[in-house]
Amino acid sequence: MKRVCETTCPYCGVGCGVQATVQDDRVLAVSGDERHPANRGRLCVKGSALHETLSHEARLLHPEIQGQRADWDAAIAAVAEGLKETIRLYGPDSVAFYVSGQLLTEDYYVANKLMKGFIGSGNIDTNSRLCMSSAVAGYKRAFGSDTVPGSYEDIDSADLMVLIGSNAAWTHPVLFQRMQAARQKGENRRMVVIDPRRTATAGSADLHLPLRPGTDALLFNGLLVWLADHGGLDTGYVEAHTEGLGAALATARRAAGSLEELADECGLAVSDVHTFYQWFARTPRTVSFYSMGINQSTSGVDKSNAIINVHLATGRVGQPGASPFSITGQPNAMGGREVGGLSNQLAAHMDWDDPEAIDRVARFWNAANMAQEPGAMATELFERVHSGAIRAVWIMATNPVVSMPEAARVREALAQCDLVVVSDCMAHTDTMDLAHIRLPATGWSEKDGTVTNSERRISRQRALVKPAGEARHDWWIISRVAQAMGFDEAFGYQAPVDIFREHAQLTAYENNGTRDLDLAVWADITAAEYQALTPLQWPVNDQWPMGRTRWFQDGRFNTPSRRGRLFPVQPRPPQSAPDSVQRYRFNTGRLRDQWHTMTRTGLAARLTSHVSEPRLAMHPEDAGREGLQDRDWVCLRSAGQAARVRIEITKDQRRGDVFLPIHWTRQYASQAVASSLVPTRIDPISGQPELKHAVIQLEPWQPEVQGYCWLPEPLQGPPWAAWFRRDLEGGTLYQWAGNRFSARQWLEARSPEADFQIYSDAGSGAERVAAFVQGQLKAVIWLGQALPDIAPEWIAEQFSSETIDAATRRDLLAGRSSGVPDVGPMICSCHQIGRFQIEHAILAEGCCSVEALGRELRCGTQCGSCIPDLRDLLQANAEGEA
Amino acid sequence: MQQWIIVGHGMAAMRLLQDLMLLARWDAQITVIGEESWQGYNRIGLSDVLAGVRELESLATVAPDWFEKHGVSCVHDWVCRIDRKARHVMLKSGERLRYDRLILATGSSPRLPDVPGIDLPGVRPFRTVADVEQLLSVPAGARALVLGGGLLGLEAATGLAGRGVDVTVVHRDDWLMNRQLDSFAAGWLEEALRQQGIAVRTGEEVEAISARENGGLHAVLKSGEALQASAVVPAIGIMPRIELARECGLSVDRGIQVDDQLRTSDPCIHALGECAEHRGVSYGLVAPLYEQAHQLAAHLGGLPAAYQGSAVSTQLKVSGLPVFSAGVTEGETGDHVIVWQDESHREYRKLVIRSGCLIGAVLFGDIRDGSFYHDLIERAADITSVRESLVFGAAFCGAQPSDSLQNTEKDTENNRAAA
Repeated sequence: MKRVCETTCPYCGVGCGVQATVQDDRVLAVSGDERHPANRGRLCVKGSALHETLSHEARLLHPEIQGQRADWDAAIAAVAEGLKETIRLYGPDSVAFYVSGQLLTEDYYVANKLMKGFIGSGNIDTNSRLCMSSAVAGYKRAFGSDTVPGSYEDIDSADLMVLIGSNAAWTHPVLFQRMQAARQKGENRRMVVIDPRRTATAGSADLHLPLRPGTDALLFNGLLVWLADHGGLDTGYVEAHTEGLGAALATARRAAGSLEELADECGLAVSDVHTFYQWFARTPRTVSFYSMGINQSTSGVDKSNAIINVHLATGRVGQPGASPFSITGQPNAMGGREVGGLSNQLAAHMDWDDPEAIDRVARFWNAANMAQEPGAMATELFERVHSGAIRAVWIMATNPVVSMPEAARVREALAQCDLVVVSDCMAHTDTMDLAHIRLPATGWSEKDGTVTNSERRISRQRALVKPAGEARHDWWIISRVAQAMGFDEAFGYQAPVDIFREHAQLTAYENNGTRDLDLAVWADITAAEYQALTPLQWPVNDQWPMGRTRWFQDGRFNTPSRRGRLFPVQPRPPQSAPDSVQRYRFNTGRLRDQWHTMTRTGLAARLTSHVSEPRLAMHPEDAGREGLQDRDWVCLRSAGQAARVRIEITKDQRRGDVFLPIHWTRQYASQAVASSLVPTRIDPISGQPELKHAVIQLEPWQPEVQGYCWLPEPLQGPPWAAWFRRDLEGGTLYQWAGNRFSARQWLEARSPEADFQIYSDAGSGAERVAAFVQGQLKAVIWLGQALPDIAPEWIAEQFSSETIDAATRRDLLAGRSSGVPDVGPMICSCHQIGRFQIEHAILAEGCCSVEALGRELRCGTQCGSCIPDLRDLLQANAEGEA
Repeated sequence: MQQWIIVGHGMAAMRLLQDLMLLARWDAQITVIGEESWQGYNRIGLSDVLAGVRELESLATVAPDWFEKHGVSCVHDWVCRIDRKARHVMLKSGERLRYDRLILATGSSPRLPDVPGIDLPGVRPFRTVADVEQLLSVPAGARALVLGGGLLGLEAATGLAGRGVDVTVVHRDDWLMNRQLDSFAAGWLEEALRQQGIAVRTGEEVEAISARENGGLHAVLKSGEALQASAVVPAIGIMPRIELARECGLSVDRGIQVDDQLRTSDPCIHALGECAEHRGVSYGLVAPLYEQAHQLAAHLGGLPAAYQGSAVSTQLKVSGLPVFSAGVTEGETGDHVIVWQDESHREYRKLVIRSGCLIGAVLFGDIRDGSFYHDLIERAADITSVRESLVFGAAFCGAQPSDSLQNTEKDTENNRAAA
């Protein structure tokens, strides 16, 4: 029987409600939940493809100890024994958990409780450290607590939206669509984007400030000065509700200089800076959104305070349409913050610097071994693994071997660690491949619990289907290990609601209005109530039983003086600067259709069709100086590591700045782990690494040949110097480059019984080979001097047929069926519309707007994240006609 | 009324007559003189008749009363001489016919190897109805020797083999159809022929033929191999029939030399078909001949017409032997060769490209795209934009690319007009 279940998307921090259609233990379809306040029915392309990523093929289906299949009892015992033994020999601080914003709040809570209350160490940190720990520290410095003041509703009423270091069009598409919709409603609603790159978001803005990387604090200091000098401060508010303006202003004034000097320093046009300052000054309803571009910096906390400063100085905090708003990157980064799953947090918005809080939590947990001080933050944690101070590490639902700076050093650390336990839903991740004990965890569609999005909204992520194989929920695994370690009573949970209830109780425990995070209403929640939980923004207590949209509207903050605190910010440049060898500033980030390390999005072929390889974005002048053409290969070197990728020449980059997407792991690329090129430099307060800034050496690389290789399954150790893998419907595609290579000999060695189809163009050096065994397609390889642009899906599909019919076989090396037109590179992933179709609609059908294209082809009508591309195509073709 | 005489009543003459009737822009009494008892038939179908898959009667191009209806008089006779001064032709019967225009469509005759015994009764070429009637008398199970592994020889061989005759093809060059195929495709062709029970000797020639006592023939090959056969079919080539033209002083070389209006050196006399030589080329295939007929009909009808020569393509019209060839088969230095092959499915395509234009195509297996390549070669179209998909056929070169191909065609036409 078909049923429709409400759940929450597991990707970004927008936290969209999803309606899943489920039948016979399978998720047939997903759509946006119209009633969920975060997205009101919309979904982005990643969310829309969720049901395409649920195959069990790539899943880890049973526990493994040292590569051998084991049952759960043995695996739990092995983990518990390993942890106990390590603690016995080396003490509690010799073990660590590295967890994830992918975990549900319940999982997080149990992990935090086990480490801090029972193992007795603060060594639990999370990948949120890489994502928004600077924003947390910024909020706490300014407001006295990690409380997001605003709400998505503010988008609808804001007259000015300032996005700083955020490519929301790609990273938070549903939120961005809401911003676009809001702009269309009012004439004078504006968007300013502050980003070194001309991202899709920047391309849609009224004003783009392509500032020199790392000069954000300078720009906002300058704004504070400009406001003060032009009567832009809300002096009444400042006097009544804030403190520190004088010092902040004085520091800003010293650093900022004249408007001209400041603009020059930031690499911006004076007029643009002026426009931005004027708009900001004149627009009370201003929301400033910021994310990784601010957070992933060695001065990320300062930068976020520089932004908050101007909001406090203008009284724009927690007012309708006016707040400084950090947008989180992960589905449950906020949940992690709430339970205290970072090593420098204690629990439930309580901190280590308060002995009473430690005591309170210890009493509440009835803790056997209450930790007394913060543990190691992510980079420090893996450094301690490397040095041998930490000898057992349990990594849950994250891939630090890819995502951490100097990722290769993390790999090295894990390779020499006594005990590496990894729980994940995927059988192969770069991190999982280094584990001694592998624990199959449930994934989205199986997991059951709660998550919190960027606007403090707690929603249910519900179990839709049975767990794959022997996979278990993370909370279950942690609890069983805790029990096996001898902590039976404290971890006797039977269901997620038991944990959620306890978590709610802790938030309310001896709270008395001292902590914003208060879920008192849920302190005795029943299973049925939990099952039917409505998405609410915390707090959920007696005063706010249906949640609270905004905080601090009354100007009362959580600092000891109850005043919002302006912080003096001395701008600091990034910790590395280009020199004659490392000539380029290196920036990293997300793509539109991928998420994190592709363990899930890599499985949906339509998500890899937008951008199928990690290309290094580079300004035409830089490419020209290096003698490079678009799509040429380069070798990048930094931090003792190398990467080989092709370049994409674009004026969207500043001169001297290059950008590489973060998603490609060793599962999907030979050498393209962006973070491996970034040295470990962290913010001294938040511990967040400077993943948005490094300097690199770049040299052209000319492979003798390059090509594609389609196979039914991925290879163990591809034979080429450089390669990228894509999982398609039916098979795997490698795009590769390297030395001259006899495709036929290689294939003959792999399957001696094969017969071959061969194409060769001696003039262009192109060669294509297909291998068949008894009429079934076994492999296809293309090679040549240059790579043709192709849609590789069709060939991969042919692996599924037992016998290929004659007509298909004849078309095979053409790469497409003769009956099907070539639609060109994919632009709209949602509706699978290619560039040639769009160009045809523009030139032949006379479509001259994004809307007209949407009516004609449906492109851009679902998630809307291809709209910037559509606009570019419209413009390019209009230019062509003229 | 003007008197127009056509000498020869083969396929060229027949097509010319049909094209003239379609145009209906002339005012002349047309007489066509043919030496075969059956006239104007489709000679190409003879191999099917030989193979027993088609009736002789089905080869008629038009209904029996067609000539009468169109006022064309048919004469079954031989022309002995042409008197250009008097503008008349002498027939073997002694009759003399006056002409205002004379059209020579005398075709060709089989070339015979210069070996002893070639005139023996059991040696019979494969060109006319009469030849086929005699070859049909070779019984199943008997042996036949086909001399020449070109297009005609292979059609004769497969025709005979189709009736159960045990055929051996003796071919002088290293591979079959060496004018039309490269050695690779010829290798597969030879293999396919063997599977049909036809034996092939390449790099081999007949040295002598002698009669045996039992009425059969005995052939000795250059290698010394001796073969017995009931029939020997020479099919090593054709010779344009130019005797009449030469004797009356028209300009001849290999064939009767004609200009773009198919005029011989005497403006009152035209020539077309296998007997003609245009820009140094004599054609032995039907398509150029039809094109010549078309242009000549237009010219005779007073329309502007110019024959520009033909790109030649060949298709073996035998079931189970799907072979196509057009233009050159081997590239020269600087040419680009694109090859596609599927070994176990016996599919092969080879394209030769020179200066961005297709100049040759060899297909084995699926030959449906033959006309597409033929067309590209003939138009000298720029294929650069579709080069990558060209070998996969017309279906892959559609939409955008064909537009550019069409532009090229227009350009070519303009160039022609300018020239």
